[in-house]
Amino acid sequence: MNVAPGSTIATVLRHEARAVLKNRGVLLFGGGILLLTESMLRLTGSGPRALASLLSLVLLVVPLVTMLFGVITWHASREFTELMLAQPVRRAALFGGLYLGLVLPLATAFVLGLLLPFALHRALGSETLPLLAATLAGGVALTFVFGGLALLIGVAIEDRLRGVGTAIAVWMLLTIGYDGIMLLVATTFTDYPLEKPMLALTLANPVDLARTMIVMQSDAAALMGYTGALMHRFLGSMLGSMAAIGGLLLWILTPAWAGRRAFERRDF
Amino acid sequence: MTTALLRRPAHEVRTTTTPILPLHRPSAPLVEIRNLVKSFGRRRVLDGVDLDIARGGVTAIIGPNGAGKTTLNKVLLGLVHADSGSISFDGVDVAGRISHRARIGYMPQAARFPESYTGQDVLDLLRDLRGGAAPRDLSLLQQLGVSAFLMQPVRTLSGGQRQRLNAVAAFLFSPDLLILDEPTAGLDPIASGAFKEKIRAVRDEGRAVIITSHILSELQEISDTVVFLHEGRVRWSGPLPELLNIAQVDSLERAIAHLMQQENAVIGAAP
Repeated sequence: MNVAPGSTIATVLRHEARAVLKNRGVLLFGGGILLLTESMLRLTGSGPRALASLLSLVLLVVPLVTMLFGVITWHASREFTELMLAQPVRRAALFGGLYLGLVLPLATAFVLGLLLPFALHRALGSETLPLLAATLAGGVALTFVFGGLALLIGVAIEDRLRGVGTAIAVWMLLTIGYDGIMLLVATTFTDYPLEKPMLALTLANPVDLARTMIVMQSDAAALMGYTGALMHRFLGSMLGSMAAIGGLLLWILTPAWAGRRAFERRDF
Repeated sequence: MTTALLRRPAHEVRTTTTPILPLHRPSAPLVEIRNLVKSFGRRRVLDGVDLDIARGGVTAIIGPNGAGKTTLNKVLLGLVHADSGSISFDGVDVAGRISHRARIGYMPQAARFPESYTGQDVLDLLRDLRGGAAPRDLSLLQQLGVSAFLMQPVRTLSGGQRQRLNAVAAFLFSPDLLILDEPTAGLDPIASGAFKEKIRAVRDEGRAVIITSHILSELQEISDTVVFLHEGRVRWSGPLPELLNIAQVDSLERAIAHLMQQENAVIGAAP
């Protein structure tokens, strides 16, 4: 009796998503975003300004929570994953279910936490909507990117503590370290025309790409950071947004693909 | 005599009551393992294992820690990839296949289910992974008293209750082969007795059971065949009475101690 891969993915996704949604950490994450968004809307009285204030939350906290939650959940359910693998299921399909079962509830918590206060305040006007949509898309994309990275780290690193340490190190590198390195390079080689190489390097960082995608919908150039400003200058809003979206899609697919490959080859 | 047996390939010393017969015959072995090799890094954990698992029998796999018992079970389940060798299930090579796993029930040593799941969630998930329509044997639910806590979240269950749920999950789909890893660890005497009764009933129905445990007295109660693994090799394989007869002892524990002494003597005498 063989079960179709799609059916396996749907089954695991349904059960995993239900378990993740019952998890207190996920409820806390969604509730925290909701409270912060509500507070920002009340404080600023303006949708775009509230979203600008929430940008760091999206770019720093969403990846961190997804990364840590993914690695910890992987290790906590390792024995149960073994039991599922002992059933007549394909490894690739099981990995698909585990991946979607991780990222979809987290993305849902993020979307609801951010969207509900805007809906309640009826702050969904034309001046807010593009930036809100870009922020939601950026947050969801980062959830998928870091969810894939978390599972890749979980599958590849046997030891739980080393896995968590690696997850934090990767998060720090992509969120804080990368911009620092780029600024260091820019200031060190200030006599050279670095814009185009730096632009190419931007594509190597999902957090920069998400930031670019979001701030392209905003006039607040101060929010763009070095790489965002580069993209805006060289590619313009439309092309810059398209490049950011394309880069993010690559960043979503690559860790998920690598994680699936590692999962298929791994000995449990 | 035992020393001589230790030096011969397992399939040569195998003297089970079920001789090797052409495939698809009711008395042919359910599982045939040939020259199975698995290494983790430089350490060879399975070193050319040859083994037949007969239908209608309980096979105890015994060996010291690190002998390769768990790895052998996991290779059978597809959890660990073998480096070389072959496994046939009911006459079909299982390489690259998953369908045979629908006929295997697995009870891992550690009963760790997601904390927010209820027992019912666990059983439902396993059923759904097998396509939903798989027939279910719910007799152990009553026999092990699992019905009483089936709707409770796993986080509220004791270790023994989780182990009972683990047992129910293994037997749930009336598998042709059961792989039980330290199954009675954490079970109280009543549950343990009911569990052993179930194993005997399954054996009498013509199904095969592989069991690993460090409680040798328990294995002596329920096993028909003993496989002694040491350093990744099958050192002895055959009916339990024959092992007791060769070792001239009346307990499996002493027989295994005898085998291990012989094994150490052989290793010690090696140049």
